[in-house]
Amino acid sequence: MLLFENIILALNGVKANKMRSLLTMLGIIIGIASVIAIMTVGTSMTANMQETMSSYGANDITMGVSQKSTETETMDNGMFFEWGPRSSQLGDDDYIYDTMLDTLKEEFPGKIKHFLLESSIGDAKAQDGSLYANVNINGVNNEKFEDEDLTMLTGRKFTDKDQKDGRKVAIVSDYFCNNMFKGDTEAAIGQVISVLINKKYYYYTIVGVYEYDASSYWVSTSAEETSTTMYLPLKTAFDFEHDEPRYQQVTLVTGDGVTNVDDFMAEVQTFMNRRFYRNNDSYEISCSSMSSFMSEMTESMNTMSMAISFIAGISLLVGGIGVMNIMLVSIQERTKEIGTRKALGATNSSIRIQFIVEAMVLCFVGGVIGIVLGMVVGSILSKQMGYDATAPISAIIFAVGFSMVIGVFFGYYPANKAAKMNPVDALRYE
Amino acid sequence: MAKGDVIIDAKSIIKRYYIGQPNELEILHGIDLQVREGEFVAIVGASGSGKSTLMNIIGVLDKPTSGEYNLDGVDVMKAKDNELSEIRNKKIGFVFQTYNLIARTSALKNVELPMMYAKVPGRKRRLRAKELMDLVDMGERMNHNPDELSGGQKQRVAIARAMANDPALILADEPTGALDSKTGRKVMDIFHKLHDEKGKTIILITHSPELAGECERILTLSDGLFTGEREGTGHAPL
Repeated sequence: MLLFENIILALNGVKANKMRSLLTMLGIIIGIASVIAIMTVGTSMTANMQETMSSYGANDITMGVSQKSTETETMDNGMFFEWGPRSSQLGDDDYIYDTMLDTLKEEFPGKIKHFLLESSIGDAKAQDGSLYANVNINGVNNEKFEDEDLTMLTGRKFTDKDQKDGRKVAIVSDYFCNNMFKGDTEAAIGQVISVLINKKYYYYTIVGVYEYDASSYWVSTSAEETSTTMYLPLKTAFDFEHDEPRYQQVTLVTGDGVTNVDDFMAEVQTFMNRRFYRNNDSYEISCSSMSSFMSEMTESMNTMSMAISFIAGISLLVGGIGVMNIMLVSIQERTKEIGTRKALGATNSSIRIQFIVEAMVLCFVGGVIGIVLGMVVGSILSKQMGYDATAPISAIIFAVGFSMVIGVFFGYYPANKAAKMNPVDALRYE
Repeated sequence: MAKGDVIIDAKSIIKRYYIGQPNELEILHGIDLQVREGEFVAIVGASGSGKSTLMNIIGVLDKPTSGEYNLDGVDVMKAKDNELSEIRNKKIGFVFQTYNLIARTSALKNVELPMMYAKVPGRKRRLRAKELMDLVDMGERMNHNPDELSGGQKQRVAIARAMANDPALILADEPTGALDSKTGRKVMDIFHKLHDEKGKTIILITHSPELAGECERILTLSDGLFTGEREGTGHAPL
């Protein structure tokens, strides 16, 4: 009952000294607002990212050729030796070759389902008289093509024979057909098209048409100018420049025998480097998986939150000291009131509770203002960054609790000072 | 009027300040005071006579350096801090010269305050506070805050507050000191009413011989000792 009365009394006090209360609460407001704003952006980002990530394969391991890191060694005579990549261009010995993949598959039976292989040729232009279409040529194996998860409108996918013989066949988009065949996808099947690649013409037979999903890309040009992917069998793509298929990056889809993708990823990386890159002084294999990427993301996110929370913590500390300061002033001003209350029968503890509650109310009000402010700022920032704003519930609860803890912590000293006042001296105070 | 039991029994009250220091100062040199239930006593004295010190001791705001003090059957000398708070809460009603109402708190809530400290339930508290406001003729302005009341009205609220827990003793320190004679008169009339109708024991501390004359017994304090005792009329001047 007395607690309720004290809360009402404290709220009246805040209302009576609006400006002073606001200035006092400013530190708390800023501290809480920044924590909530960051948390709002953070949770929105993570939620959106998780959604995006989950559409990609969680069981995939990406294996890529990467430059070795540079190491500097100081010799006894004070000279520096720099160890590290000799060349910055990938040499013939540095790529991943099919034989390596076969060895890898044999080494881990049952653990590797298949590899997603592709070879990107780049931008090109398909031409037929005055008609043209921009394309982006990509050689893929059948597994990779399946992984793209495209909707076939007509025709067929690549056959094993297409892949094996490196036949000059292509699968194009409906956008491509709009430009070249007036949108008649059926008419496109079986047609031979000429494609200008590096100032040379190449000819391919269209065997299939897929539906281009414009919504999943940033489209800045008109539909006519949009460059869509033209798929070729992997071997066909390699016929361009190299005699032998080789890759800078390969995606490995794990089989049922793998329980922990990250552990297996480490095994693969170690095996590849020991077996094939031991004597390579410039390059090595490094692997990554969606889950390792995710945890890396979350970790850097947490580090950022930690850093900002630390700054916010300092702001809260300063705010708390502000509250303590104003409470000390308030107690000084109200010495006579304290004396009167004691004369009327207030015990030391009831005076102490009164002022602690007052400090808590001050901090609580500041905390609530801070939360509202932080959520507004946070949602605006999230929207700006293109994410849906998500309220960080746990952070809000924490912020309210923490601001009240600050109230108790910084309110205790002034409240105790008030409680210990001698009633005679307090009553005489003018 | 028949007088009841002794409710204030103080013997050889000595109060010293700065004990053990070169400027040690003895304010009260051994006061004996007995007040019976239902008495209306005035303590008069010039400033510096020890009036305030004595009032603080009677009001249990301060403890004497030595002596005996029994208030309504409680040995004040042996009481601890919390017990002193309880004595002030339940047995004494203070009326101050400067009213000492709590700011930003309605007159009614001010009257409820001592009952709040006595943990009286809310509804009962409000009922009693309203009764007391009617008693001091403030029923119509009880929801006003102190800064909306005149001095006389504030003092009447303060008297209602002093009565809240039906104390054994009302201790008024220059209650009309800050009021003009007309409103002062009205306040004094309320004290008479409490004394005559409710049988309250009242100690009035004043430096005004006229006000003291209205009490039943007048004690004169000078230099820390009672130097005179005479009888008063016991009622307001006709």
